Amino acid sequence: MSMSHLTENSAGASSRLLSAAKWRWYEIAFWIVAASLFFVFPTRLALLTEIVTLGLLALSIDLILGFAGIVTLGQGAFFGLGAYAAGIAAKYGMGVAPLSDPIVGLLIAGAVAGAVGFVTSFLVLRGSDLTRLMVTLGVGLIFAEVVNQARSITGGADGLQGVMLSPVLGIFDFDLYAQTAYVYSLGTLFVLFVIARVVMNSSFGLSLKAIKGNPLRSRAIGIPVNPRLIATYTLAAAYAGIAGGLLAQTTQAASPDMIAFHRSADTLLILVFGGAGHLYGGIIGAVAFRLMQDAFSSGSPDVWLAAVLNALPSFLNFWPIPNVLTVIFGLMGPKYWSLWLGLVLVLLVLFVRGGILGLVQSIYVRIFPSRNKVKP
Amino acid sequence: MNADVMTAEVAPILETRSLCKRFGGLVATDNVSFKLQPGARHALIGPNGAGKTTFINLLTGVLTPTSGSIHFDGQDITNWTLRQRAIAGVARTFQINQLFPDLTPLQSVLLAVNEREGAGRDWFRPVGTRKDLVDESVALLADLGIDDVMDERVGSLPYGKQRLLEIAVAVAAKPKVLLLDEPAAGVPESEREQILDVVARLPTSVALILIEHDMHLVFRFAKTISVLVNGGLLVDGTADEIARDPRVKQVYLGEEEVVVHG
Repeated sequence: MSMSHLTENSAGASSRLLSAAKWRWYEIAFWIVAASLFFVFPTRLALLTEIVTLGLLALSIDLILGFAGIVTLGQGAFFGLGAYAAGIAAKYGMGVAPLSDPIVGLLIAGAVAGAVGFVTSFLVLRGSDLTRLMVTLGVGLIFAEVVNQARSITGGADGLQGVMLSPVLGIFDFDLYAQTAYVYSLGTLFVLFVIARVVMNSSFGLSLKAIKGNPLRSRAIGIPVNPRLIATYTLAAAYAGIAGGLLAQTTQAASPDMIAFHRSADTLLILVFGGAGHLYGGIIGAVAFRLMQDAFSSGSPDVWLAAVLNALPSFLNFWPIPNVLTVIFGLMGPKYWSLWLGLVLVLLVLFVRGGILGLVQSIYVRIFPSRNKVKP
Repeated sequence: MNADVMTAEVAPILETRSLCKRFGGLVATDNVSFKLQPGARHALIGPNGAGKTTFINLLTGVLTPTSGSIHFDGQDITNWTLRQRAIAGVARTFQINQLFPDLTPLQSVLLAVNEREGAGRDWFRPVGTRKDLVDESVALLADLGIDDVMDERVGSLPYGKQRLLEIAVAVAAKPKVLLLDEPAAGVPESEREQILDVVARLPTSVALILIEHDMHLVFRFAKTISVLVNGGLLVDGTADEIARDPRVKQVYLGEEEVVVHG
């Protein structure tokens, strides 16, 4: 080992580590595309806003599952708490700042969810993945029931009505076309994403990856495993709370549906679907999930079937081809949405590690084998 | 016979007093009183199932003893956690690799250096900002001859390199005591020499305890030796004393021949 080789290695090492934190062109492109959707789909901004809140919730799960390796089915509880916290603040603010100010509302949502996350984090530290799933699930169910019972504050099963917000930054009023809602939500997502990106690229973030990879060795080299996990769990809970707050503010309501168990499960699925551990997986998963769902619920398979049968060449028009087509198109109706979702999910998990992003990465590596380097 | 008789005037860096560990009815560590001098080159030997790894787990805090106490650098560390002991200066390697498969060797070593320097909780600056810590990590990897693979994924490294990294990660914490649990276990003959060489070159500022089955390695490395049998300390002394001890020969009869090399 010559000395020049050593110094050369040493000089490059810092910059190679630092380069992992640099913004890539495709990341910048991603955010430009997200912003330009405002102009491309002016009539679908409400749906896009909902996707943003879903993406933020999935991002919060990515922080604890993708980076710290803690499985959770309780993130929906923090989402719901944030939704009610922001909703109640705005309701009692009667549309006047500061209580009804949207950004103040988000801070309240994040603080409430983060505080509850901090307290419950101690329950999650012990035990295996299965215990963690059960504990997070249990905590989620408890809060769902609390919200349901506290009718005088939350409106119970009817949900919280009368959520009135003052304009964003005192200037931009929420409008019927969700123009303000989309820009406001996307802006919030972007700010929180940048913070998450900084944290996960830091020494703290590296230690989380170590804890996920091997908690025993992490302790053996002096990493304070529990404090790191508590901090991350609290941060993720605050993120989920802000996501809930965003949805409550942009829909001007909070409902028991926002704290229901299925949201935790759906969002976990969305993250796995998009690819955990990349920060982008949750957002991409949310887009794919909601667009698929939307296509299925608004699609008209009967019309498509008629069109296909009409276009079918006569030499193919014999038993059982038309019957099989009828069955296939029948399954494309909104009733069978879960069937297709399940199928896609099973295929992704079985054949591609790491969801949609994993698929993209493996294709990239196929095309450019020379660039098959570790992506830290 | 006792290790402390030989160097009575130096305070031990690590000491156990009447240490016991029971798993139900099984006594895995039986009343072990043991002293380790600063800078020692000590080997812990014994037949399979003698309780060597249990003893190491007790010393490092992976297990808590049933009774007895452990003292490090003048402090009672019996109830300290694995992490507290690591911070204080008790490091170890594992018989079965305990690495971070998805990280790189550089990241793995940097993690330990970061925690030692209190930089591990830095949540704002990107990894690699502290160039001094990166340089130290690279130098350590170079010293152990694995800097050529420092940016590769640990999980896909050849086994011999992983064994070296196992040592590098422990050494990065700059421990006062380092416990090496069969560092060459499973490594092909051709690569064992490199690992032995690395162990031999570790600075004398760190006291070493080596657990090893290979008597050739033990007698090449160790100045002092303890023999564990059925969880209890059968005998300890200098390498020469152990090699001649009839009880040790009795224990190893039919298992391995005790031969002094060099």
